[in-house]
Amino acid sequence: MLILVPIKRVVDPYAVVRPLPDGSGMDTAGQKFDINPFDEIALEEAVRLKEAGSADRIVAVSWGGSECEDQLRKALAMGADEALLFEAEDLDPSVIAAELQALVAELQPGLILMGKQDTDTDHGQTPPMLAALTGLPLASYAARITISGGSAEVVRETDSGEETVTVPLPAIISADLRLNEPRYIALPGIIKARSKPLTRRDRLTTAAGRTRVVAYAPPPDREPGRRVASVEELAEAIQAKGVLA
Amino acid sequence: MKTIALALQPSDLAVLGGACGADSEAILLTGAPEASFGFTTIHCTGWESLPPADEAARALADLVRGADRLIAVTSMAARELVPGLAAHAGAACLSDVVEILSETRFRRPIAAGAAFAEVEVDGPVFFTIRPSGFPAAEPTGEASVADLALPAPGLERITVAAARRVGRPDLARAKVVVSGGKPLGDSETFERVIGGMADALGGAVGATRAAVDSGIAANELQVGQTGKVVAPDLYIAAGISGSTQHMAGIKDSKVIVAINKDADAPICSQADLVLVADLFEAVPALQKLLASR
Ligand SMILES: Cc1cc2nc3c(=O)[nH]c(=O)nc-3n(C[C@H](O)[C@H](O)[C@H](O)COP(=O)(O)OP(=O)(O)OC[C@H]3O[C@@H](n4cnc5c(N)ncnc54)[C@H](O)[C@@H]3O)c2cc1C
Repeated sequence: MLILVPIKRVVDPYAVVRPLPDGSGMDTAGQKFDINPFDEIALEEAVRLKEAGSADRIVAVSWGGSECEDQLRKALAMGADEALLFEAEDLDPSVIAAELQALVAELQPGLILMGKQDTDTDHGQTPPMLAALTGLPLASYAARITISGGSAEVVRETDSGEETVTVPLPAIISADLRLNEPRYIALPGIIKARSKPLTRRDRLTTAAGRTRVVAYAPPPDREPGRRVASVEELAEAIQAKGVLA
Repeated sequence: MKTIALALQPSDLAVLGGACGADSEAILLTGAPEASFGFTTIHCTGWESLPPADEAARALADLVRGADRLIAVTSMAARELVPGLAAHAGAACLSDVVEILSETRFRRPIAAGAAFAEVEVDGPVFFTIRPSGFPAAEPTGEASVADLALPAPGLERITVAAARRVGRPDLARAKVVVSGGKPLGDSETFERVIGGMADALGGAVGATRAAVDSGIAANELQVGQTGKVVAPDLYIAAGISGSTQHMAGIKDSKVIVAINKDADAPICSQADLVLVADLFEAVPALQKLLASR
């Protein structure tokens, strides 16, 4: 079985980023970039499925500029067999979903394992959009995946707890934080993975995004807080705020 | 402009009534409406529970195609249903809108709340909203209800259903939220200290990712960028460092209280009221004082 894992390059989720003073974008100068943490979890799961014999090939794919090669090299070092980079500027989820639909038609993967959201736009739209476009079944927010006999059993997170679903393959599964903890890849590993194929290709579709960010603004400041000296003072201050029914 | 309110549950209707404006129709996916909330008609699917999101999107696609706007209240379920509907209908899609600026322009937080993006859309747009940004509608009058009698597809896929939370208020809408972090140590202590305080105030319980990851708290209690977004009148954070990811889920709270033994923890510079103390002493003592008020 082939597993397709889409990878997005995002600014380090632990970095503090701010909008540029003119609001034209986010100030990411000098920041470290990495694989979107949810995509990294999806890839780790794909590698574990391959190690367990449930898959025989993993293709990592990204849309963006040549800088995304860094993240794809890391994906190869983590265990992807092959990486594809499609040159694209418009990364609207609807565009990525349309591109993925075309790639799924070409590669016929048994499983598309992807992050549930990215940490820079927080959209979380691509997996359900891809499911709508391809007609493949979707299991979102996976916390555990078991593959057997042409189907996947997925324990997934929901608003009120966990549920277990069984989806026939091919399917789309989106990864949540508790699915696994990705392995650590040191630089030598990334350099060694240079012998694995990374192919740059032209975009597959002419899909254009339907949304456009026109300005970025900093969040409003909260009023400065107050330090209280004792539990009694805290109780009084809470009551004075009138926030208890 | 044709606006459809997509209510996953009856309690979504009040929020959506406020956000949708007059002359809109609602589609209610589960349960029965208690009032009209200003909607001209509330179409009920008759579903007992939500089908898998991709199946639900397919079943609803014909009903929502042609709408200029579709609005749903954000939740994990809504965030996986609305994009599918948008893809079926060829509409633009936005997650977690906090403000409608014009017919084509919307504001939403990005990057764990590090910024607000103003987004311009072309054509029809389907989106989820954060309820705190929108005044709820009055429950005016009895609703005109239309039964859709839609089959609920794909339920056989769900082999073990999620257990329903009982007793405590819904975290995403609670007026009071008491949250605990990793230092709570184990689930019994978490339940006694954080759960006890929440019950004393009639509030909901929340947790950090670190608390959830270490098995101290249930996953559905996670608050933050990748968990639930809350906006209570009172948010009490005990033993929580105040990471960007956690703060992203609580910034719209009216009053944030931090109880932390480290005066330099990031939350201490972002909370409204800060008590530097050991939570194991401070929380029970505060509970006593507030319960006897
Ligand atoms: C992609 C991604 C998504 C994430 N999403 C989320 C999310 O949605 N929600 C979330 O919460 N986190 C999220 N995180 C994790 C986040 O970065 C932090 O690791 C996490 O919030 C820290 O949890 P904590 O405050 O419980 O633990 P810690 O960081 O360990 O902080 C514990 C705090 O308790 C204080 N303390 C210790 N003992 C006591 C005591 N006895 N009394 C009082 N205070 C005490 C300490 O001084 C410290 O400030 C995410 C991270 C990533 C990378």
